[in-house]
Amino acid sequence: MSEPAITLYRLQACPFCERVVHALHEYDVPYRSRYVEPLHSRRTVVKRLTGKRTVPAIVDESTGVTMSESGAIVDYLAATYGGKTSDEAAEEGGA
Amino acid sequence: MDLDFDVVDLGPADNPSEGAKALDFQRPLVTNEYWEDRSLDAVVTESDGPTVLLFHPMAGSFPATYLWQEVTEREWASDATVVAVSIATPYAHKELIDHHDLRNDYRLFSDPGNGVAERYGIVHDLDGMAGVSEPRPAAFVLDEDREIEFAWVAQQWPEFPPYDEIEATFR
Repeated sequence: MSEPAITLYRLQACPFCERVVHALHEYDVPYRSRYVEPLHSRRTVVKRLTGKRTVPAIVDESTGVTMSESGAIVDYLAATYGGKTSDEAAEEGGA
Repeated sequence: MDLDFDVVDLGPADNPSEGAKALDFQRPLVTNEYWEDRSLDAVVTESDGPTVLLFHPMAGSFPATYLWQEVTEREWASDATVVAVSIATPYAHKELIDHHDLRNDYRLFSDPGNGVAERYGIVHDLDGMAGVSEPRPAAFVLDEDREIEFAWVAQQWPEFPPYDEIEATFR
């Protein structure tokens, strides 16, 4: 069983994370979820990856991209997997 | 234990026996940093060595505390992959991992629905906690093909794993 290229770091019930999940489903992109804790100080793994403790954050091994901020992630997903340019995606999704 | 009354007899369990292949399952596996859906098979095939699969009462209970004190003192993780299953939520597992400083050496599957215990034939309905069931205390030592080399399931309540016997299978 091969692991999906995209790993999503998320927090349960976080609306910004659900926004990213929605985009992943829309473009039918396989991903795995890693849940972290509500307390910022305990999100060491996210800090190590992105330099920040915010979620959502994604790691896309197929492109080498690691990023946070839901607006930026949604634009990236649209441009990479949605057949849209990043400008179109930004116009539609709103960054 | 040496008590002057009869402790609760749990009766026969319906667990898979030695020589059988341990049933695979997928549940959130909690580490010191995050949790993600993971299968037992994926855990077993991480290394060529043995895997110790423990079932224990929920985080916060004294048997869970005693078990982790014992297992960490014996440093099982240096000779085997050690994972456990309980009905505690990932959040409670995380607390337990922090409390016992299990780091990433000992990982815990979270199974609040107790479905894994059902499949393993070791369900224990808790008296006085309506609607709550958890696994009987149990321990399985698996080889790299998930074959059960050693199986122990509690017959009494409470009963603690035979640590020496378990350890002897991989040390």
